[in-house]
Amino acid sequence: MSRIRLRDAVATTLGPDAVFDEIASPSTLYSCTVPKEKFGDAARAVKKAYGLLAAEWATDETAFGRGFGIFACYRWGAQYLIVRAELPADNPVFPSIAKTFVPAYRFERRILSMMGVVPDGLPDTRPWIKFEDWPANAFPLRKSFDASARLPRTDGKYKWARAEGEGVYEIPVGPVHAGIIEPGHFRFQALGEDVINLEARLGYVHKGIEKRFEQLSWADGARLAGRVSGDTTVAHAIGYCAALEAMTGCLPPERAYWLRAMFLERERIANHLGDIGAICNDAAFAFMLYQFMRLKEMLLRANHRLFGHRFMMDRVIPGGVAANIDESGKSAMLAELDELSKQFEKLVKIYDENASLEDRVRDTGILKPDKAREICAVGIVARASGLNLDCRIFNPFPPFDRHDLIELDVPVYISGDVNARVLVRIHEIRESIRVIRILLAGMPDGDISVTVPQPMPGNTGFSAVEGWRGEIIYWLQAGPNGEINRCMARDPSDVNWLGLEQCIPGNIVPDFPLCNKSFNQSYSGHDL
Amino acid sequence: MIRILRQIARTGVVTEPHHKPDDDSGIIEIGRLLEEAIRKRFRGSLAIRQVDAGSCNGCELEIHAVNNPIYNCERFGIHFTASPRFADMLLVTGPVTHNMEIALKRTYEATPSPKIVVAVGDCGCNGGIFGENYASLGGISKVIPVDVRIPGCPPTPAMLLEGILRAVGE
Repeated sequence: MSRIRLRDAVATTLGPDAVFDEIASPSTLYSCTVPKEKFGDAARAVKKAYGLLAAEWATDETAFGRGFGIFACYRWGAQYLIVRAELPADNPVFPSIAKTFVPAYRFERRILSMMGVVPDGLPDTRPWIKFEDWPANAFPLRKSFDASARLPRTDGKYKWARAEGEGVYEIPVGPVHAGIIEPGHFRFQALGEDVINLEARLGYVHKGIEKRFEQLSWADGARLAGRVSGDTTVAHAIGYCAALEAMTGCLPPERAYWLRAMFLERERIANHLGDIGAICNDAAFAFMLYQFMRLKEMLLRANHRLFGHRFMMDRVIPGGVAANIDESGKSAMLAELDELSKQFEKLVKIYDENASLEDRVRDTGILKPDKAREICAVGIVARASGLNLDCRIFNPFPPFDRHDLIELDVPVYISGDVNARVLVRIHEIRESIRVIRILLAGMPDGDISVTVPQPMPGNTGFSAVEGWRGEIIYWLQAGPNGEINRCMARDPSDVNWLGLEQCIPGNIVPDFPLCNKSFNQSYSGHDL
Repeated sequence: MIRILRQIARTGVVTEPHHKPDDDSGIIEIGRLLEEAIRKRFRGSLAIRQVDAGSCNGCELEIHAVNNPIYNCERFGIHFTASPRFADMLLVTGPVTHNMEIALKRTYEATPSPKIVVAVGDCGCNGGIFGENYASLGGISKVIPVDVRIPGCPPTPAMLLEGILRAVGE
């Protein structure tokens, strides 16, 4: 078996048609250019080599005097492969890969809606993110689009998938939900209590983030990245900064990396604590919600005391970090972790021993491993359904690359139900507490940031970071004057939302909130 | 007491302790005034409908925290309701997106008068870092009338409670 599996698969199948870049940054990333007709062949070659699709996006390269670009990013283990093709400005059509990789059908609907680049052979061409009342010729990501003008509303109807027959009824939910959560619309077709089909329709919180990046400086871009999904502010900021650092060859100080890792793990613990409580609450066990909220609040207050912000927003900056920790901070955090760990284990015991809770969470909302693989799931959802993926292992930034030091134990369960997604979180909280202790003990001295050089025109940068939901991908491209020409952000939710749709049929309607909470995907990170 | 509340509301946020989440006495002081105002003006029960009109979910985390046992807003008579039909107040996070504009207007219309609208977060106040473009229309006041603004990115639970106090005390 070749060590550079995806690269070899594409090189063997396409021969001289695939032109590989010589320089790879990061070293696990390979890039190649193929003729647009071969874009689909490359996808099939990757599929045969058991690769997964991580992201697909388009660029407008008119600023370089070219037409459009179409990109697909594949992953196999630690290796990433970006396949790109150039498309002419007057007829931007490329062969769809949706029949090879399921998640491509959402990516390509988005590409068609937002960039006006046409996937040939895409079975579902309904708009995505773009709503039916937008003008049909509004393609916000094109350079020629006037982003400052308000969109006029037109008539138009979204076509829903329909289940029909005697006794089948439909439940529309949202966009304004009953709780304090983000807006989205779900439509169930049900027969009695059993759900036959669930279709999600998202895009309500589309804020034009990718377009907004193109108006900002590289430094301000990090602030915006930190607000792509507010609950994942650290991981998104690291993703953006790492991509920028990869494209400029900037190396942040060692201590900055260690601090980033610590922020990332604290964010993971805080969100997992909140999630476990909320999942129990949706099974009508409110006691756990309040218990876990209390622990989460403890962590957030410590963040505020130590780093000046409860969610550590804007504490990760290009070239390093903007918050430090001293010896007294370290000992305060160690004491906090001891207390957290003690309290947490008591609650885990209660979770384990509660039969009525177990009855709700076991065998509910099952995403089978083969389906998880098919939708190319990432993060906690993937690990609860048998996929062993974690960027901290496979694509680590320092100090996670020190496997001898950290020895990260990644939990993988195969049952794919709500319970598995809870167990993954429980396991990860324990791991993160352990990792933070190691980070505090071995943190190197030194500066916490360096100046990032201005990117060279046309350069690109890539990064993959394991946020608490899963793998976050950033891809940056500098324009002819070294400005941001394109910033592609792929939140784990982009693929994992498909998993929710897949796991609901066969469950009863009242279990939907429980399943949804166990996924807890981001609306804002998906809609951008 | 009403005079004091009015004075507090007019003055707005000037004192430091209210902003410190660690300062329990600050919360208790806000809470005491909140409870008083809610008892006098809302018969002891203020029903709030939260609407996410396009937020990044940061503000929602802090609104959740207001409900946690440490802040426990229910002790002051604040209750987050599932429907706008019986809400006294809309707590709206922003920026308002083009795709949420209609839903926000409908929610506003579904809320019985008299109603109070509170815009939450920097983005709810003026669009924040997202600015105004084809997809993001800016602050909440671009779409529905706003009575009180709570800036912050995101505002802390203490700032949220203080802002709600300003809204009900006026």
